[in-house]
Amino acid sequence: MTTEPIKQRATQAGLAHGSLLSAVSLSRQLQGQWIWQGISFDAFQGDRIAVVGPSGAGKSLLLRALAGLDPIQAGRIIFDGQPMERQFMPRYRSQVIYLHQRPALTEGTVEENLQQVYRLAIHRDRTYDRNQILHYLKLLGRTADFLQRPSAVLSGGEAQIVAFLRALQLSPRILLLDEPTASLDIETARRLEALVQAWRAENLQRAYLWTSHDPTQIQRITDRQITLNGGG
Amino acid sequence: MEQSYIQINNGQLALAAALILINVILSVVLQLGLERRLAIASVRMIVQLLLVGYVLEWVFTLRNPLWVLLVALAMTAMAGASAVDRTRRRFRRIYWNSFFSILTSSFLVTGLAVSGIIRVEPWYDPQYVIPLLGMVLGNALTGISLALDRFTEDLASRRDQIEAFLALGATRWEAAHKRIQEALRTGMIPTINSMLVMGLVSLPGMMTGQILAGASPIDAVRYQIVIIFMIASGTALGTIGVILLTFQVLFSREHQLRLERLNKVK
Repeated sequence: MTTEPIKQRATQAGLAHGSLLSAVSLSRQLQGQWIWQGISFDAFQGDRIAVVGPSGAGKSLLLRALAGLDPIQAGRIIFDGQPMERQFMPRYRSQVIYLHQRPALTEGTVEENLQQVYRLAIHRDRTYDRNQILHYLKLLGRTADFLQRPSAVLSGGEAQIVAFLRALQLSPRILLLDEPTASLDIETARRLEALVQAWRAENLQRAYLWTSHDPTQIQRITDRQITLNGGG
Repeated sequence: MEQSYIQINNGQLALAAALILINVILSVVLQLGLERRLAIASVRMIVQLLLVGYVLEWVFTLRNPLWVLLVALAMTAMAGASAVDRTRRRFRRIYWNSFFSILTSSFLVTGLAVSGIIRVEPWYDPQYVIPLLGMVLGNALTGISLALDRFTEDLASRRDQIEAFLALGATRWEAAHKRIQEALRTGMIPTINSMLVMGLVSLPGMMTGQILAGASPIDAVRYQIVIIFMIASGTALGTIGVILLTFQVLFSREHQLRLERLNKVK
């Protein structure tokens, strides 16, 4: 796939056949200011999309809106053929997972952090799969010892690794990655990229949207772009 | 009317006020800067209490339940407002939420106690209703303001963690549950602490008052037990009520944390 501007198909977006996640004329207002208006695009199965634009263009706000974490002032989000407002948000979010730039862990060990999410009602029918985690850890160059580390002593990069694992183990269909490697060293950033590719390789229908300030990273890991210009 | 206690005249009040002079002198000598605040607090206390004394003299003559209810409502409104005044973050309906919680909890508890437990005749006898309600309100207001403050501060400072859970598929209830628990625990601390040391460290003011007024200590203790239960259940109910209402405001039906509805006050 080549990097193509998304606008070409923006006009009929949201109705495209086979679309996994569609945005139709989304607009976001914050304190009386339009951050973006009339954003439309389709994310298809297997899509690797970069969300780019200057600081303050509302890249985070777009991903947060797609995760249903913020209200939007106009437009619709359609996932799997169903408008978001008609879906049960916890179920929606178990399939469209948003990852924050700053990882937020709770007290306890890494493994406790990973197990904790299975106590949520929406994930109760699944069980924690240690082998899968060990497999992922291997890709990250870590051993099982990592699981026993208390979350309080983790570095920023290590905490982000835990946040990634916590999300990936739930096998989401779409990941919304909000500058997840912005404050990490190159080594860790590369490993997290590899981890996301491994998650996607497990099922080629999985898709992600990734925001980043790093053009080389965008070139490495995404096929096309959504450009936000800022100022609406 | 026969008095079983010593009445206090104005001269004696002045003597009592002189006790505070000791503190003022200390403050001036040691340059503690307390004298102004002490003086203001003393004057306010005297004025407020004397006024309340006169108001109560009038209230206790009321034989119309509507008037009693009106006085009770006015007290409740003041309690609801001052519970909010001590919080640092507010939202649009916070006064209404506070008033509603404190009203339902304190009226329910006081109503049940007056009509079902103490069995006052008539039920609106202000001599019972007003002081009992006042005690429930005073404690519920502390619980509500502590819990509100804790809950809103917690949501603001732990936003990332709460949203991380929402993003992983937590319901708003699951994401807020720990914060709600902490807020309720904080709101109940003063009540539970005072219950634990009751009689050992502190003799409750009301009980002391009754004993000074000539009641037998055993009777006074029985009243005190009833009142402590009223206070504890009123505070718990009011605190739970206000936190649940706040939860409804700050977490939307779409399972979003809506912190922008919270404004910091100076």
